Amino acid sequence: MELLMAWRNVWRNPRRTILTILAIAFACILLVFMLSLQIGMYEVMINTAVKTRTGHMQVLADGYNQDHKIRKVISDPEAVARILDDTPHITGYTFRANGFALLSSDQRTYGGLITGVDPVSEPRISNIKSIIRKGRFLSPSDTNSAVIGSLLAKRLKIDLGDELVVLGSARDGAIAATVLTVAGIFSSGMDDYDRSAIQIPLAHFQEVFAMEGTVHEAVITCDSLWNVGSAQTAISKAVAGLEQKRRLTCLSWDELTPGLVQSIQMDLGGGLIFYGILLIMVAFSIMNTFLMAVFERTREFGTLMAIGARPGRLTTMLVYESAFLTLCGIGLGIGAGCLLTLWAQHAGIPMGDAEGMLRQYGIPGLIRPKLTLATALAGPAVVFLITMLTALYPAVKVHRIIPVDAMRAA
Amino acid sequence: MHLQVSWRNVWRNPKRTGIILTAIIIGAWTMLAFGALSRGMMTSTLSNALNTLTGHIQIQHPAFRDDPVIDNRLTAPARVADVLEQHLPGNAAFAFRIQVNGVASNARNSESITIVGIDPAKEAGLSFYGDNTAQGKLLAPGDYRGIVVGQALLDSFETKIGRKLVLMTRDATLETASKAFKIRGTFRAEMEATEKQFVFITLDAAQSFLKAGTGVTSACIKLPEETTMDLEALAKTAKALARELPEGTAVLTWVDLLPLLKGYLSMFDSFMLLWYLVVFVAMAFGLTNTMLMAVLERTREFGLLKALGMKPSWIIRNVLLECLILLAIGLAAGNILGFATVQALSGGIDMSFMAEGSEFFGIGHLVIPYITLKDLLSVNAVIMGLGVLVCLYPAVKAGRITPVEAMSHT
Repeated sequence: MELLMAWRNVWRNPRRTILTILAIAFACILLVFMLSLQIGMYEVMINTAVKTRTGHMQVLADGYNQDHKIRKVISDPEAVARILDDTPHITGYTFRANGFALLSSDQRTYGGLITGVDPVSEPRISNIKSIIRKGRFLSPSDTNSAVIGSLLAKRLKIDLGDELVVLGSARDGAIAATVLTVAGIFSSGMDDYDRSAIQIPLAHFQEVFAMEGTVHEAVITCDSLWNVGSAQTAISKAVAGLEQKRRLTCLSWDELTPGLVQSIQMDLGGGLIFYGILLIMVAFSIMNTFLMAVFERTREFGTLMAIGARPGRLTTMLVYESAFLTLCGIGLGIGAGCLLTLWAQHAGIPMGDAEGMLRQYGIPGLIRPKLTLATALAGPAVVFLITMLTALYPAVKVHRIIPVDAMRAA
Repeated sequence: MHLQVSWRNVWRNPKRTGIILTAIIIGAWTMLAFGALSRGMMTSTLSNALNTLTGHIQIQHPAFRDDPVIDNRLTAPARVADVLEQHLPGNAAFAFRIQVNGVASNARNSESITIVGIDPAKEAGLSFYGDNTAQGKLLAPGDYRGIVVGQALLDSFETKIGRKLVLMTRDATLETASKAFKIRGTFRAEMEATEKQFVFITLDAAQSFLKAGTGVTSACIKLPEETTMDLEALAKTAKALARELPEGTAVLTWVDLLPLLKGYLSMFDSFMLLWYLVVFVAMAFGLTNTMLMAVLERTREFGLLKALGMKPSWIIRNVLLECLILLAIGLAAGNILGFATVQALSGGIDMSFMAEGSEFFGIGHLVIPYITLKDLLSVNAVIMGLGVLVCLYPAVKAGRITPVEAMSHT
């Protein structure tokens, strides 16, 4: 009975109702779209960081992450490998070693970061093979071949097949020197990385830098981001028990790149303020509708009460009315918001001038939002709560109506 | 007369007016405050970037930008200095530098760094050099053996003031140059990356170290702070300089030097406008609805006025005037609140709780929100202009009411 009356009351003033529904729908559309956009962007940023550099987790010597000193090594990588083979959720791992060296071509000299990688297992962990722009990635038979960043190649004025002299200091403090041949040139889009990075086979690195079979990092990938935590705990416990010269630790991607996580938190924080303001605006916009819907019907409520309607029933009816309005708005909003998001997900959003900058954070030229159940429903759920709270005030106010005064009111 | 009538009409229903006014006030207020905060972040990012040895305008050898080596230097800085002294406005400052990539090493570590040869007397105030000395002292003019490094670099090399640091790079004769410098002092910068990247020696020391004669790699010009965002004036100054300077020099503004940042900033401008529009739309639903209610409940009154001979255009004008009054009051209060908020935060917001996140985005640790005239105008123009536009609908509606239908309306 109240339901039917409420439904009819909602449509007594179609213009006002439609405007209110549109206001609610607008807020929902925006929330669905923006949340999906943010989540989509974060996912890409995290995936890029994980794929180009860190992996999901790394086993390192204690303190290596704070300061990349060449002497902080994993002295027995075999033992770590045995542990990783036995840990569930792990899809792959590879060993790397890093060293800083002076790189000289015929004409130019620059400093660069040399990483020794395993030509076989590295492509399973990182995307290095797919970002090779020229030439090829390292193969197991390579000894003194290298793949180098595109900007570094440009600065050194070298191309495929050219030679490169490396001069650095080895683990034992002696001079590490070798001559490399460029086998491939890669471009990750992140200028800092492309300007300094160079990769050579791990075995050759160990020989040149006097590593004696040791490595710096074991880079690990998991079957999903959600299992990183449990795998990390298991590995941490296992590697801590190893008899090695230096204590080993296992760090997850967010500990390896604290800047990334904080920047996401910052962006999310900014977003929340933005949504908060938007919701307040919408709440005030529709509050008037709800208030007016009650005030202009004072007479009517007086009459209803005079013929025996209890204030409780009126409140119920008013709550139903607002619920109808809100649900219509939210339904419309979720529908349109999902359509808009899916379309953007399909087409991608070009970023124009900002593209170059965003690429430095690992975001490609086209931004694609990612629609999930959570992003589709979280925003509208908050909108529902807020509008219902807004509507509660007039609905409760009905209790104060005194039939005689109300019927006398103009 | 019209104004008075409209003024009274606005206050016929104080509760309704109060709610919609609150919505407008919150809208204008948050637009201004949020805009000011974002501007503050942007300025912080930009001034950080300009302070990190970019300056407003640089004069370089045309090839230096793509190939930053000592070969591409300005061989006759005296002529450039003459031109700059004559043609720069009085409140601008400039200094010559030598800036090349190299390697710093000691027994503990070796890292890729940028060697910056500076004129100690002129450099302070031009860039972050001299802003924040952590330990020891700055370079004295004519100091051939001293070096000033970042505090983070000092820590990572496990060394201290007074110890030696060996710099290695390629000199103008294509030979590898290497020389030990004595650490005189350390500086602190907004970002750790900056502290690890730059080491300062005197210009004289750099010239003899690199066998560069009297050559320099760049002249860095700093204009008064307020010209940073005035791109037209900047381009004009650069053009005027280019006309006067001898052949074989390139004049680059910060827009040329930091294209990525420029792209990011221009995206930022469109993002701000988008944000204004979104908040406005949320507000517009409420505004239209309120005005619509105000008009519809006065159907009889408008009909009567028309029957008495009032022209439709007068009625439209009256309704629009009411709407204008609402907007004007809301905007005035919103602006005052906005300015008050910015005033309250004029000490700056300390971002250090998000140090790594803000470093990721290149934002400094202190963000000072401020309101630009452009933002103030666009906020008020958006609300005022579009506000009147959306009120046209109820106004025209009121103008169309005919006496007959109005009288039959209860």
